[in-house]
Amino acid sequence: MTRIFIPNESTALALGADDVAAAIVAEAAQRGLDIEIVRNGSRGMFWLEPLLEVESEDGRVGYSNVAPSDVGSILDAAFASGAPLSNCVGLVEEIPYLKQQQRLTFERIGITDPLSIDDYLLHGGLVGLRNALATEGAVACEQLIESGLRGRGGAAFPAGIKWRTVLQAQADQKYIVCNADEGDSGTFSDRLSMECDPFGLIEGMIIAGVVVGATQGFVYVRSEYPHAIDMLNAAIERARSAGWLGESVLGSGRAFDLYVVKGAGAYVCGEETALLESLEGKRGVIRAKPPLPALKGLYGKPTVINNVITLASVPIIFARGAQFYRDFGMGRSRGTLPFQLAGNIKHGGLVELAFGVTLRQLMVDFGGGTASGRPARAVQVGGPLGTYLPESQWDLPLDYEAYAAVGAVVGHGGIVVHDDTANLADLARYAMEFCVIESCGKCTPCRIGSTRGVEVIDKMRAPASTGEVRERQVILLRELCDTMVNGSLCAMGGMTPYPVISALNYFPEDFGVALEAAHDPATA
Amino acid sequence: MTPHAIAPAAELVARHASAEARATPGSSLLTVLHAIQDDAGYIPDGVVAPLAKAMNLSRAEVHGVITFYHHFRTTPPPQVTVQVCRAESCRSMGSEALVAHIEQRTGCHVDAHRHAPADGATAAPHGSGAVGVESVYCLGLCAVSPAMMINGKLVARVTPAKFDAALDSALSAASQDGQPRAAKEFA
Repeated sequence: MTRIFIPNESTALALGADDVAAAIVAEAAQRGLDIEIVRNGSRGMFWLEPLLEVESEDGRVGYSNVAPSDVGSILDAAFASGAPLSNCVGLVEEIPYLKQQQRLTFERIGITDPLSIDDYLLHGGLVGLRNALATEGAVACEQLIESGLRGRGGAAFPAGIKWRTVLQAQADQKYIVCNADEGDSGTFSDRLSMECDPFGLIEGMIIAGVVVGATQGFVYVRSEYPHAIDMLNAAIERARSAGWLGESVLGSGRAFDLYVVKGAGAYVCGEETALLESLEGKRGVIRAKPPLPALKGLYGKPTVINNVITLASVPIIFARGAQFYRDFGMGRSRGTLPFQLAGNIKHGGLVELAFGVTLRQLMVDFGGGTASGRPARAVQVGGPLGTYLPESQWDLPLDYEAYAAVGAVVGHGGIVVHDDTANLADLARYAMEFCVIESCGKCTPCRIGSTRGVEVIDKMRAPASTGEVRERQVILLRELCDTMVNGSLCAMGGMTPYPVISALNYFPEDFGVALEAAHDPATA
Repeated sequence: MTPHAIAPAAELVARHASAEARATPGSSLLTVLHAIQDDAGYIPDGVVAPLAKAMNLSRAEVHGVITFYHHFRTTPPPQVTVQVCRAESCRSMGSEALVAHIEQRTGCHVDAHRHAPADGATAAPHGSGAVGVESVYCLGLCAVSPAMMINGKLVARVTPAKFDAALDSALSAASQDGQPRAAKEFA
């Protein structure tokens, strides 16, 4: 029996993977072939999807961009020594895009059937959890601190310190909350993790639970990710049946159970306190901090709230040790980050690498340039609240501190490329407009400032506006952004100015103002 | 409020806000509203009062939650809902031109339902009524932009031709289903 793999993952599905799977069943039956179809996760090489893989003695051979009508000839090529096909990409593991990555958090994706417990155990699953169960909580927190893992949702707060705070808090109930409200455009690593290796996230959350003494966990997943929700629920059910979850985790006598809660379309719920409000069934309005969620979080109890990738990176740290993880990366940015190549890019997908790689390496060596074939002009790193970077900044190492030094953010690792047809004033206006739509409304700089921001940009760009009017708007916009950055309660209002000001600083011509007029006197 | 929504509203609340329905950890007004919308296709105005009573909340709190979240709708859905992504990644691959094509092809304005009058009586939020077009901000398909979801089905690398084909197929599937979900529910 030969195994044929066709991904069951949103991108592949959006490009017709289900139809391909149906065609394989039909064509194989017609040919009387003895095959087993495995619905694996995606390898994260999205420009190749749907990527069909056929098991061979040498490894898995891939066929890219498969349409149902291609399936017959692929089966002929694979089983009947038919003519070699132009869409055959050879051994999938040998594709440089994949081979040159350092996959730790994503070591299993695309290889395994995401819902197969056997596959999970065969590929290193539960080793971390068993180690954590045998380790005292305080020691485990020290190990996590030692690994250097920082929050992968964007804020980059050391995960181990957060866990230690929750461990040391005295309470009758503690919670683990996974922030899976991945709303940033250009990011999909949380979704991939949940769809392609849900057991990894589940194991990470169980570890968090046993380390800090929490017995309940919740994964808050955005409603725009229905497939991730289905996969996660199916995986949790299997984990429960297998005794990983419940009254006695792996027979340890320690209880932990896990539930999925669906969001309802609110970007701001990716902010941790708004997420907790939403999880409690309320409007997703942010809370003032302090108190920190680690002390007063969900239902007022001590709560570990971490992003999907943070929690999914935990098992490998406990399986192979803090030092192993720490050896990747640079400076204070340790380990790997799953970068996500998106937007106008030829080879879009997931590239997990140690911190320190540059944008240009990612865009050129991995991404292969723009999809349009035109020159890239601006790259937004770190989601809708991230800075637009011009070519002069593309050789900076991707590292939290190096980016912060130029007023940029690595964030969740999303990289959106725009070619030279992009108008940065349009994009700056959109950033403000998005803040109008998504502001929770609690603080004035964000709620009102974003609306004024749209108006100011419109006035700056109106054909009737004279040069003098435009220059006045530049001053207004800078002052407004200063108020938003320093006066907003959370990153929604506090970081919306990042894309706006970077667009103005680096691409003033798009706003109809001269370089000198756009120049910020404060940084002169 | 539409008259036919009154009786089933109480029934919806009884079904989805009961103690049993709320026994799972993590249950809240949010999960109950999801259950009601999944069941009825939307959240009829009539559920607000009984739901507030059942959950010991004020009507203002229930109304506040319904209106805070983009996902919840208070009018019946059209036969075909197109959710087109307009976030940065899709913008870099021409989503705004795609939106213009979709508006022209379907004859309805994007996000018209958000601007409909609250009482719904005079609202024709979806152009012909068969199709509604909504903006979404990221479907997580950013490596294969532009992306959309049409009646829950994801489509990537959308071109005008690909949109037209997906729309035709969704419309024909919906007409084979007979009436739209919500109308069936409250018939």
